[in-house]
Amino acid sequence: MTNAMRRSLDVAFQALSLLVLLLALAALAALIVDVVSDGAGRLSWDFINGYPSRRASQAGIFPALAGSIFVILLTALLALPIGVAAAIYLEEYGRRNFVSRAIEINITNLAAVPSIIYGLLGLGVFVRLMGMGRSVIAGAATLALLALPVVILSTREALRAVPGSIREGSYALGATKWQTIWHQVLPVATPGILTGLILSLSRAIGETAPLITMGALTYVSFAPDSIWSSFTVLPIQIFNWVSRPQRDFHANAAAGILLLMALLLTMNGLAIWLRDRYQKRLAG
Amino acid sequence: MRRFEFVIERGLFLCALLSVATTVGIIAVLAVETAAFLREVPIVDFLFGTEWTPLFSTPRFGVLPLVVGTTLVSLIAMLVALPMGLLSAIYLSEYANSSVRRVLKPVLELLAGVPTVVYGYFALLFVTPLLQQVFPNLAGFNALGPGIVMGVMILPLVSSLSEDAMRAVPIGLREGSYALGATRMQTSLRVVVPAAFSGITAAFILAISRAIGETMIVAIAAGQQPRLTWDPTVPIETMTAYIVQVSLGDTPQGTLEYRTIFAVGMLLFLGTFGLNLVSAWLRQRYREEYS
Repeated sequence: MTNAMRRSLDVAFQALSLLVLLLALAALAALIVDVVSDGAGRLSWDFINGYPSRRASQAGIFPALAGSIFVILLTALLALPIGVAAAIYLEEYGRRNFVSRAIEINITNLAAVPSIIYGLLGLGVFVRLMGMGRSVIAGAATLALLALPVVILSTREALRAVPGSIREGSYALGATKWQTIWHQVLPVATPGILTGLILSLSRAIGETAPLITMGALTYVSFAPDSIWSSFTVLPIQIFNWVSRPQRDFHANAAAGILLLMALLLTMNGLAIWLRDRYQKRLAG
Repeated sequence: MRRFEFVIERGLFLCALLSVATTVGIIAVLAVETAAFLREVPIVDFLFGTEWTPLFSTPRFGVLPLVVGTTLVSLIAMLVALPMGLLSAIYLSEYANSSVRRVLKPVLELLAGVPTVVYGYFALLFVTPLLQQVFPNLAGFNALGPGIVMGVMILPLVSSLSEDAMRAVPIGLREGSYALGATRMQTSLRVVVPAAFSGITAAFILAISRAIGETMIVAIAAGQQPRLTWDPTVPIETMTAYIVQVSLGDTPQGTLEYRTIFAVGMLLFLGTFGLNLVSAWLRQRYREEYS
């Protein structure tokens, strides 16, 4: 092969690689344009504030929106303390022994278990064994287990980023290990921990399969008013609408998707804002 | 004070142990129901039967149609995600300068953050109609559309893990190759990719596991007809879509039909768990190679 041929082959290969990458981004753009053009017309205050209906043009999404927010807040309340505690143990206390190692491998594996399997776990343990029924709390507990591996992994990273000098300074003043963690390490790591939490929740809020499997309803005409209420969430409502043959319901699904994406963007924006704040604080 | 510290440490340990309890819980729930299922349906009929009609009056419990459906969609997804993901990774790792990478990488990763129900909508109402203009015989529900969309969803996973593996390859190997007069393409394909092989394989295997466990895209766009076929143009049903289908119906608890979802779930869990273990082991290996 001549030099010129090799050069042009190299340029062609570079172009192909970039083209493939841009093709993937074009798919993302097509998805967004498609959903906006299908759903933007349906998005209105009546839609957000309304209740499901047999007539597509009158159907609203309020119970699903309220259900999503309720479930995700409860998920955060469950996953945050447990996840942070587990991460503190593994990062600050865990000795390099068999038990810690086994727990770590287990967490990595759990992060890759299909989400629908968590739904079967929730159905077997929370809904039936613990008798919670198909309630908001059972759904939140299921999603909390799903979110835990990510919360633990990101919390560990946040803890690891806390400079050792802070710990040493605290010990030098006579603080115990827990006093050091509670008063010095955790406050510094908080923005990092919250960033990880929000990112894992933004994944959980889009989850459909585990909640369908544990038995959340697809047609709910009321907003949940206690943790024992039955409920539905945005992705399930979207699934319900997209599964119907009528075109009008597809427009509802697209409008629901826009609402879900807006919620996701807000959560991600919050996470990015927290991360920036965090980086400034460590630098300053 | 000592006592308090001790209690705190025990409490933290219990929280860490919850992750182990989760794994044990998953296995226990699946095992109990699967065992009850297998008491009524012989395991050979379940694993090798070619008809899956558990909701019919004369039910058959051969899981092969679901397994083949899952394999078919995953295969299509991999045909999209593997080459495209690898080329994207090569571009990001070997060609792009750092400012281009800083823009492209997060945008690419947005693809992984889109909820799967949204991809299902996209597959059913955008990609399938588009494909029908090329293949007029394509059914409204099929394996091809959701397979392609699933590939796009998994692409960032393949790309970002492969890129990590390629960036872990020491710069000296590339310099040696350049010094011998190789172009970037030759260096990428003949030096970097082979050197990062175990990491790239780990990414591929994790991607396959993700495809097998993916639910909503296929539940929405692939249909609910368990049939033993490799034809990507007709409606099929995957293992995950079947679990969703039964969960949506009002099958009474404790019946044989109800237990089928746990038996199918067990199969799904064992398959993905095995793949995840192999992937983790390979990642461990490439970390050791260059550290």
